[in-house]
Amino acid sequence: MQKYSIFSLVKNALTGHQNWDLAWKDPNPKEEYDVVIIGGGGHGLATAYYLAKEHQITKVAIIEKGWIGGGNVGRNTTIIRSNYMHDENGLFSEFGMDLWRKMSQDLNYNVMFSPRGIINLAHSDAQMNAYARRGNSMRLNGIDAVLLNREEVKELIPMADFSDNVRFPIFGGLMQPSAGTARHDAVAWGYARQADSMGVDIIQNCEVTGFDISAGKIKGIRTSRGNIKAKKVGLCVAGSTNILAEKLNMTLPIETHLLQACVSEPVKPVLDKVVTFGAGHFYISQSDKGEMVMGGDLDGYNSYAQRGNLPTLQHVLTEGIAMMPFLSKLKMLRTWGGIMDMSMDGSPIIDKTHIDGLYLNCGWCYGGFKATPASGWTFAHTIAQDRVHELNSGYSLNRFSTGHLIDEKGLGTKTWIS
Amino acid sequence: MLHIKCPHCGMRSQNEFSYGGDATVKRPELNKEVTDQEWDNFVYNRVSPRGKHLELWQHLSGCRQWIKVERDTATHEIFKTYKANEEIA
Repeated sequence: MQKYSIFSLVKNALTGHQNWDLAWKDPNPKEEYDVVIIGGGGHGLATAYYLAKEHQITKVAIIEKGWIGGGNVGRNTTIIRSNYMHDENGLFSEFGMDLWRKMSQDLNYNVMFSPRGIINLAHSDAQMNAYARRGNSMRLNGIDAVLLNREEVKELIPMADFSDNVRFPIFGGLMQPSAGTARHDAVAWGYARQADSMGVDIIQNCEVTGFDISAGKIKGIRTSRGNIKAKKVGLCVAGSTNILAEKLNMTLPIETHLLQACVSEPVKPVLDKVVTFGAGHFYISQSDKGEMVMGGDLDGYNSYAQRGNLPTLQHVLTEGIAMMPFLSKLKMLRTWGGIMDMSMDGSPIIDKTHIDGLYLNCGWCYGGFKATPASGWTFAHTIAQDRVHELNSGYSLNRFSTGHLIDEKGLGTKTWIS
Repeated sequence: MLHIKCPHCGMRSQNEFSYGGDATVKRPELNKEVTDQEWDNFVYNRVSPRGKHLELWQHLSGCRQWIKVERDTATHEIFKTYKANEEIA
């Protein structure tokens, strides 16, 4: 594989950029693989990469119905954080933060990781207390957390509404300075390029139509491009999880919902943090191009349409304008939607299933992008070793029946509970 | 925006309604032994189909009645709405 560097850039500039290698190949499916990963999104590509890198399993195929990186990894608001209270989420995400910090070097691909910090705003004394508690839990898990008072928040984000007569005055906030953003497409492409170079077949435009299972063991998959034998199969299909689960006669604690995001026209640098509104569900950051990147609530009903509806967008942006009134002056550039695998407790599932050799990775709700490296790493471990890693042992499928829910925010499919 | 025909009030905008999830889920019968699996299926597990989906909505900013709506989760087309206690063939 060609290494990307200043030298390769200069060399290729001199030849008119005609001689760059393809970043990944476009192979036909082989008859058999050791591991087949279904879903060529961030998590699937990362899983294949870590299978090859950490476990030396390279007879691997990624099966993608559309094109790689065309789903949620290309549709999110690029936020990376580990500001969780519960141990399961905190330790898992903080492990991911380490992988994020090293990712550009590791993948030899600039993912533009920008640890600019995230601030969760608090709008009452009670919320400040809750944030102090969460901040302390984070610090016990080795995650950086700073509790900010109103004046400290004002210094960092003076454009927020600090006037006296607002409905939800800013009391302070909880900041994770090491959180940030990254260039989401580059994450998918970087993992794809490295996985491909280690022998992983990335098979696009290939739809999974069924599974071959005998005596409780997975034997292979059926696809629109023929049958493929596989010793192990991993599902990494986010919002399409229930569609494949139906083919497996499984019913999961997952509903597929619609989540929208939007960007404004680009403006000069105004906001150098990720900020979330604490009295509702709204988050904002500014992209390197200057666009304000915003998102918030689910549309609220089951949906597989990758496009949203205006009432939710209006609701979300009303919160945004309440928090930062200058937003009302901006024009909207784009809005889009993606389909989320909403689990019932708002936390993900990375686990084995009752079918031998079939592994499940789903339930990422609002937080799939930031989990990409940690999800890929732990899922690869779970598949390669046929047992869950300590980091994802809490993300079990049976926690709903045993009562070991991870109710980080009590936010699953039923968003009105919040 | 979705337009939902409330069987009591007529066609109204989505803004007046709140969503209540899958309408085919049945609570295990009272005063009967319920297995963990049955309880699990009632509380947590959902089919979440792509296509026709029978679901509960409440006309919250209207008559406040719960209704059933048959809707396509891929196209958002609404085929039919029913009163909550209406039997569906």
